[in-house]
Amino acid sequence: MSVLTKHGIKMEQKPLNHTGKMADNKNSNIKIFIKNFNFYYGASQALKNISLDIRENTVVGIIGPSGCGKSTFLRCFNRMNDTIVGVRYQGDILIDGNNIFDKELDIVDLRRNVGMVFQKSNPFPKSIFENVAYGLRVNGIKDKEYLTHKVEKSLKDAALWDEVKDRLANSAFDLSGGQQQRLCIARALAVEPEILLLDEPASALDPIATAKVEELIHELKKKYTIVIVTHNMQQAARISDYTAFFMMGELIEYDITSKIFTKPSKKTTEDYITGRFG
Amino acid sequence: MKNRKAEQFLGFLILRACVFFVIAALLIILIDIFTKGAGSINWEFLSAMPKKGMTEGGIFPAIVGTFLVTLITAILSIPLGMGCAIYLHEYAKKGKITRLIRMSIRNLSGVPSIVYGLFGVVLFVQLLKLNTSILSAGLTLGLMTLPWTITASEEALKNVPKAYRDGALALGATKWQSIRTNVLPYSIPGMLTGTILGLSRAAGETAPILFTGAAFYLPFLPRSLSDQFMALPYHLYVMATQHHAIEKVRPIAYGTALVLIVLIFCMNLFAIITRYKLRKVRLK
Ligand SMILES: Nc1ncnc2c1ncn2[C@@H]1O[C@H](COP(=O)(O)OP(=O)(O)OP(=O)(O)O)[C@@H](O)[C@H]1O
Ligand SMILES: [Mg+2]
Repeated sequence: MSVLTKHGIKMEQKPLNHTGKMADNKNSNIKIFIKNFNFYYGASQALKNISLDIRENTVVGIIGPSGCGKSTFLRCFNRMNDTIVGVRYQGDILIDGNNIFDKELDIVDLRRNVGMVFQKSNPFPKSIFENVAYGLRVNGIKDKEYLTHKVEKSLKDAALWDEVKDRLANSAFDLSGGQQQRLCIARALAVEPEILLLDEPASALDPIATAKVEELIHELKKKYTIVIVTHNMQQAARISDYTAFFMMGELIEYDITSKIFTKPSKKTTEDYITGRFG
Repeated sequence: MKNRKAEQFLGFLILRACVFFVIAALLIILIDIFTKGAGSINWEFLSAMPKKGMTEGGIFPAIVGTFLVTLITAILSIPLGMGCAIYLHEYAKKGKITRLIRMSIRNLSGVPSIVYGLFGVVLFVQLLKLNTSILSAGLTLGLMTLPWTITASEEALKNVPKAYRDGALALGATKWQSIRTNVLPYSIPGMLTGTILGLSRAAGETAPILFTGAAFYLPFLPRSLSDQFMALPYHLYVMATQHHAIEKVRPIAYGTALVLIVLIFCMNLFAIITRYKLRKVRLK
């Protein structure tokens, strides 16, 4: 089966073209469709001819050595790269069949629907409560009760509630690094995006908090489509359905996670995963 | 080894001497003005009109004049300067033209104040027919302060991390929302400080108000903004150089200088306090 999007690009509604095999989400649609995508910072190319599909309600792990373009790739989906001067891109990224580089597209809507947790956690210099409520407020929600409810729910989901429930009015800067990271996750969850981009969301977390966040990701998968960058191989193996291995701006291999970690088809992938370099 | 230590000793000695000379020069000026000016300060001096060809009486109209003119300056340069800075820093495309505009603004802050004064005469007094008045003088000083306000405000905006803007945008905020709720609250203290320092500089200027509204001698208060006025810096200039009995009015000149310095000191203190207060508040 194939569908024609409103931009006339044919999207194959069949299992991943790279492997011909599927993970557990046989029937899920393609949520994000990336075709021949190139990205440049000025003259230097950071992403080289990337093509891949991301299915609805799956977790895609992105792995690769430092500087290979993982964050750059992630920032393309909500067009955060647009805030950097001198960047250029070619190719298409479609979300639900709509090209996100379309001139008609409302970038504010896009970003509301594609939530992001940045690599460097960036709490705002506001109270813990206001940090989580921020996304709701800018989207016009004023109802106090709803805000309170939503903030609590998001903080609980991000496994932070118990640690902060008595000091929601305190500055977010008083939190520890790991707590700030979870605060940023809570902040992104509060606006209920359809896609969640997580750039090393557990890099500053202890094993317990990491486990909680991983559990959360597993839970969120039911509602969201998740793309997560991680340097932790075990984590990628544990939480992602598909794994993409990047190196020097190129997509080396993209497949079902179990395949990538047990029987990668490329030598470089195997070397990286087994820690022989990188 | 010995040599290196001697070199270091000499280096610090020279640096220390520099600091010492600067501070000494400032102290001498301040002490001189305080000792000679303090004697003429009393309630009458602050609250009465000048009398008998300014050889007696107070400087009340000059205080009021300087206050009003500075107010006009603030009303013009604060909103306009902050607006320009926000546009330049947050919205304008980062290209050659923006750089050129920014460079021009920086250069404008180096234009001698007398040039602003003459420009004010042509634009406000003659062309816009505002005559020599508080309004003309205030607007002239406002123009002169603008480059400082814009530059200081841009610096303040620059100090807000990009992560605050990006974080807001990523949550679906519009650019304006991100600026209003996540950039301005953290840059306004810096903007205000820079602006008030610019204003305090304007309050002490003579050249820009010389032809645009300041009067030599007016023993009454201005009734509206289109009246001429007396101002502290100009009054000081008159008392120190233009008066027919310079020796006799010297105490008044010193008193005026002291009042002007205290006034400007208060403005700067106010700037520091606002900054401090806003900084504390912003996290609540
Ligand atoms: N704002 C920028 N301007 C210019 N070059 C950039 C910028 N951001 C990243 N790069 C370059 O693009 C390449 C990819 O960077 P990116 O941040 O995407 O790597 P990464 O895979 O996320 O690395 P890490 O694992 O260390 O976070 C790097 O070579 C980097 O130097
Ligand atoms: Mg990165």
